[in-house]
Amino acid sequence: MANKVYVETTLNGETVEFLCEPRQSLLEVLRDVLGFTGAKEGCLTGDCGACSVIIDGRVVCSCLVLGVEAQGKTIETVEGMARDGQLHPLQQKFLEHAALQCGICTPGFLVAAKALLDRNPNPTEHEVRYALAGNLCRCTGYDKIVRAVLDAAAVMRGGTHGVTGA
Amino acid sequence: MELQEHKFKVIGTRPIRHDGVDKVTGRAKYGADISLPGMLHAKVLRSPHAHARIKSIDVSAALALPGVKAVITGKDLPELPPGSQQMGELVVNPRYLSMNIMARDKVLYDGHAVAAVAATSPHIAEEALKLIKVEYEILPPVLDVRKAMQDDAPILLPELRTSGTPEKSDKPTNIASQVRFARGDLEAGFRAADVIVEREFTTSMVHQGYIEPHNAVAQYNADGHGTIWVSTQGPFSVRELCSHILQMPLGNIKVVPAEIGGGFGGKTTVYLEPLALLLAKKTGRPVKMVMSRAEVLRATGPTSGSYIRCKMGATKEGKITAAQVWMAYEAGAFPGSPVGAGCMTILAPYALENLQIDGFDVVLNKPKTCAYRAPGATNAAFAAETVIDELAEKLGIDPLEFRRRNGAKEGTAQPAGPQFRRIGYIETVEAIMNSEHYRSPLPHVPGKLVGRGVASGFWFNAGFQSTAIVSINSDGTANVVTGSPDIGGTRAACAMIAAEVLGLKAEEVNPVVTDTESIGHTDVTGGSRVTFATGYAVYEAAQDAVRQLKERAATIWKVKPEDVVYQDGVVSCVNNGHEPMTLKQLAGRLARAGGPVTGRAAVNPRGVGPGFATHVVDIAVDPETGKVDILRYTAAQDVGKAVHPSYVEGQIQGGVAQGIGWALNEEYYYDENGIMRNTGFLDYRIPTCLDLPMIETILVEVPNPGHPLGIRGVGEVPIVPPPAAIANALYRAIGVRMTELPMSPAKVAKAVLEKNKAPQ
Repeated sequence: MANKVYVETTLNGETVEFLCEPRQSLLEVLRDVLGFTGAKEGCLTGDCGACSVIIDGRVVCSCLVLGVEAQGKTIETVEGMARDGQLHPLQQKFLEHAALQCGICTPGFLVAAKALLDRNPNPTEHEVRYALAGNLCRCTGYDKIVRAVLDAAAVMRGGTHGVTGA
Repeated sequence: MELQEHKFKVIGTRPIRHDGVDKVTGRAKYGADISLPGMLHAKVLRSPHAHARIKSIDVSAALALPGVKAVITGKDLPELPPGSQQMGELVVNPRYLSMNIMARDKVLYDGHAVAAVAATSPHIAEEALKLIKVEYEILPPVLDVRKAMQDDAPILLPELRTSGTPEKSDKPTNIASQVRFARGDLEAGFRAADVIVEREFTTSMVHQGYIEPHNAVAQYNADGHGTIWVSTQGPFSVRELCSHILQMPLGNIKVVPAEIGGGFGGKTTVYLEPLALLLAKKTGRPVKMVMSRAEVLRATGPTSGSYIRCKMGATKEGKITAAQVWMAYEAGAFPGSPVGAGCMTILAPYALENLQIDGFDVVLNKPKTCAYRAPGATNAAFAAETVIDELAEKLGIDPLEFRRRNGAKEGTAQPAGPQFRRIGYIETVEAIMNSEHYRSPLPHVPGKLVGRGVASGFWFNAGFQSTAIVSINSDGTANVVTGSPDIGGTRAACAMIAAEVLGLKAEEVNPVVTDTESIGHTDVTGGSRVTFATGYAVYEAAQDAVRQLKERAATIWKVKPEDVVYQDGVVSCVNNGHEPMTLKQLAGRLARAGGPVTGRAAVNPRGVGPGFATHVVDIAVDPETGKVDILRYTAAQDVGKAVHPSYVEGQIQGGVAQGIGWALNEEYYYDENGIMRNTGFLDYRIPTCLDLPMIETILVEVPNPGHPLGIRGVGEVPIVPPPAAIANALYRAIGVRMTELPMSPAKVAKAVLEKNKAPQ
């Protein structure tokens, strides 16, 4: 397949090499080439945020990025959030607050929320809502998601990382 | 064993859901995440016309494209006899269903499937679609429900005749059926009224808007057996519908439910599944199909747009004396709108002696509708609850007090006839009356017009068939196996019910959702039925396991089983000196005391407890732009017994959010040719988290007498009140009764403008 392009990128802290067609989106590469199916396809038009990943510190819709654009970039996906068998505080708080129902939007929300807390460890409710407005959830009405993010931020500010009791 | 509410140890607590870690780490496998070796990818060619005759389809160029393995059209699907049949809780017309998933001689809506291509990559399949040549003869579309009912309307289905008419007609029509509910003396009722309000309402088609598009992966083996992996609310329905559409023996089809990314009723039927299985059969390779968002919006079932006329009269004392409703619902291209449910829900919260409700199911050139959360009830409540609000206003009675005076309670006859058993409607009205929200003054928002509105809603909830297996592990933990896809936390609810009976912790029970060959028949995850009906099966299966555990202990102790007591996970003997055993101790001895213990139950419970809700909302309206902001929202609901309160609250909050979207933004927008113009989430705009406040919930627990744990379904009714509650708030804010959904900024701004222009 001479029409494939060689790409080297950093995915969740590890160097990854892959071949992809120029027309393949980063979302398609992550899911179908690399087997990272945590990012979900909800719309392919950048409207729902289910495919959110962090590239070089910025949250983006991976359906709007080409796979070849990953060359030399640093990419974080939901699969990289838990470390050493410990859930990220956001993951833990999503569980404790019942911030997911069907769960299809959850990876995107977690990634977008991580990008928010990475740059603003003490967001207001409005700032959380603003930061997550690019992620659609049809199940929860967002109430418990926003609470989970605010609670996770508080825990992270307090220096408590990893799993905490329910 | 009788479980008394005050003794609940697990039910009512908030454990972490068992499937949660998989879902926050990206490990949970949804349908689109499944890949098989050698798998092909298939795409669907869809009609660019709302109504057209297919003159010819030429697939030769598509078939010649390298990488294309098969193309199917309507000719590849078996022709099925006309007529409907009962399938579980669904009344299905397999012929129409087959025509909906792949057009035959006519396309009936923009997006109607015309052909499907399987190829080695999704991109090649898409390229191949462009090479299929379809010759159409364009026909005039009919897009308005009232126009579709006229005698001179373009006819969609030449063989269709109206059912439910007093006299049989042989005239082609778009009216698929009509239904009437009536009692008392309507004219006398209106004569007795001091105030009469009559209004017309229209609502647009809206979509469930689940974030996960439809998907299916199918494999067909040389022995005639096929397997489908799919995100569906009803794996058993998929099996049954595929069996009918493809004329395959039901037992030759296995459906494996993947995790499901939302459904809200929209994933209770089939679209891709039979096509994927047929393509797998044709190619001998696994085939995967995933819809785009535009395909989801154009070609899967939204819920009906509608036209509703509602007239009610009441006395000075605030008693409703008569109600008359006329409602026509858009079925889409094939019969089957939820107008019947609309008729049966619209007046259900009220005790009425004199009523008449007429409903019409009408086909037109839009996608075939499918269930959407309390199907039919939200449109209906928008009409009735607005008229109720206006009656209360004209009579000078608080709108909640007016509802309380007329509210249905135990023994009240429903519009459809049967009397309610113990229900909690009045309790939800009082919960809002007494809420901090309703008692606090409306906030002042500079530059905005503010208003507060209330509304109520009713939904039947469903029972239907469920099967459950509860097996005891040798370490004293348990597994619960059901066939109900977990769309919002029902694994946790089922595990908690088993844990309650067995005296275990929720975490000591592993809930599993399995395929159609590994559990007995189980109807769809829908109708707010899983925690009620599958939970009922789990309860009975756990009781069955307890009976067996008592027998085993009796064997070990050489006593009669009736002398053994099982309480809080400990077996003890009533009348001699045997040392009590914990479940863990007993489980470890089962191998030498008769073998493993597995409880099982299959149920079709009759004691369904209906759901009632009353909501209050505060809004602020920008008089310049017509934009409505939700300032505060509180929902009270009779939830029977909340098994996992967090997920009950979540159902209410999610239903309210959908209802707010329906009220303010969402609509299928068609141009004059019947082409849908808002086929993405940018233009079909569902609420984001920036559009909503926190949604407060009040869980009213009036136990359902028809369930051993008092459980009622909770999922659907919260979508019913919001449009009416917001319309009523808008009236308080701008002084205009809004009678058309959605109440979009343009309509609200126009209403403000006209109100200000009108002579005072």
